[in-house]
Amino acid sequence: MSAPAKTIEVVVWRGGEDGDYQSFDVPRHDNQTVLDLITWIQRNVDPALAYRFACRVGVCGSCAMTVNGSPRWTCRTHVSKVDGGGRVEIGPLANLPVVKDLVTDMSRFFEKWQAAKGTFVPTTTRHDPIAEIQPSSPARVAIDEAIECINCGVCHAACDTVTWNKDYLGPGPLNRAWTLVNDPRDGGQAERLFAISQAGGCQACHTHQSCEQLCPKGLNPTGSIAGLKRRVWQSYVSGKSE
Amino acid sequence: MTFRLYLLQRLTAALMAPMVIGHIVLIFYATREGLSAAEILSRTRGSIGWGLFYGAFVLAAAIHGAIGVRNVLAEWGPPALTRSARVLDGIMWASGATLALLGLRAVYAVVIGG
Repeated sequence: MSAPAKTIEVVVWRGGEDGDYQSFDVPRHDNQTVLDLITWIQRNVDPALAYRFACRVGVCGSCAMTVNGSPRWTCRTHVSKVDGGGRVEIGPLANLPVVKDLVTDMSRFFEKWQAAKGTFVPTTTRHDPIAEIQPSSPARVAIDEAIECINCGVCHAACDTVTWNKDYLGPGPLNRAWTLVNDPRDGGQAERLFAISQAGGCQACHTHQSCEQLCPKGLNPTGSIAGLKRRVWQSYVSGKSE
Repeated sequence: MTFRLYLLQRLTAALMAPMVIGHIVLIFYATREGLSAAEILSRTRGSIGWGLFYGAFVLAAAIHGAIGVRNVLAEWGPPALTRSARVLDGIMWASGATLALLGLRAVYAVVIGG
C-alpha cells in the first residue's frame, strides 16, 4: 500500500561561499533517497541547481553532501533515515571551498592524498612472478579492513582536526597510506613514513572518530591512523627516521 | 606539531601518570593530622628522593604543558600566531621555561631551603 501523496520541505544551499539556503516543497515517496530530492528539484523547479552524482548506487563517491548537519553519501541515504520532522537541509561538504550550490572544489582533498604518498610504488615488473601474500597474514588482514574507500570526502568533511589544522592530511589520505604501509610489495615506505609524520601528519589526529562514525563504507580511518602512529613511533625508536 | 614533539608529550604523560598518583597519596598522608610548614619541611629538607621526585615531576609537567599550549594555539589561536611555526615555538619555549623555573624554584625551596 503506497503512502498518501505528501511533500517534504527541502532546504538547499544556493550560491558560493556567501550564498544562502533556499526552500523547496518536494513530493515525498517511499524509499526516496536524498539524491532523489535534489534531482527532482533540478528537473522540475530549477535546472540551474548544481550538484554532482554519477553512479547512484554508492560506488563512485561523487554525491557526498551535508545532510541535516552531517556529511553523507546522498545516493544511498534514505530520506526516512535523516528526515528531521518533515524537513531536510542539504548543503555542500564542509572543509572544502564551495564552487556553486552543492558542488565543492575537492582538489584540496586529493592533493592531500598525494602528499600522504597514497600511490603504490612497484618494486617488480610484469615479468617477475606474482607476489604471494597469504590472505590470513596480519598485514593483509590490516589492509582488508582499510580498503574499499570510494574517495567521497565524507571523512574529510566530518573531521574537526581538518577544520582546525589546515596542514592536517586528514582521515582519507592517511587511511590510504595505512593500506600501503602494510603492503609488502610497496617500495616507497621510507618516503611515506616521512611524509605522514611531518607537521599535519598522523600525530595531529585527535581520535574524535567522526570519520569512523560517518564513513559510508564502514571503514575506520581513526584505527588506521592509530596504526600509523605506532608504525612511525617504531621507526623512530629503531632509528630509521630522523 | 612535529612527530618528535608528539612523542615527547606522550612520554612525559606516561612519566607523570604514576607521579600524579604518588603526589595524591602523599597529600592524603601529609594532611592526616593537619598540615604545617614545619612538618612538610621536616620531610623534604635534605631529601634526595623527594628532590628527584618533584624535580622530575616539574620538568615533565613543563615539557608536557608547553607542547600542549603550542598545540592549542596552533589549532585554535589567532591566525597571526598559527601561520608562523617560529612564533609557536617561541611561545612553547617561553611557557616551558617559565613553568620549569617556577617549579624548580619551589622544589629548591622545600628541599635545600632559601
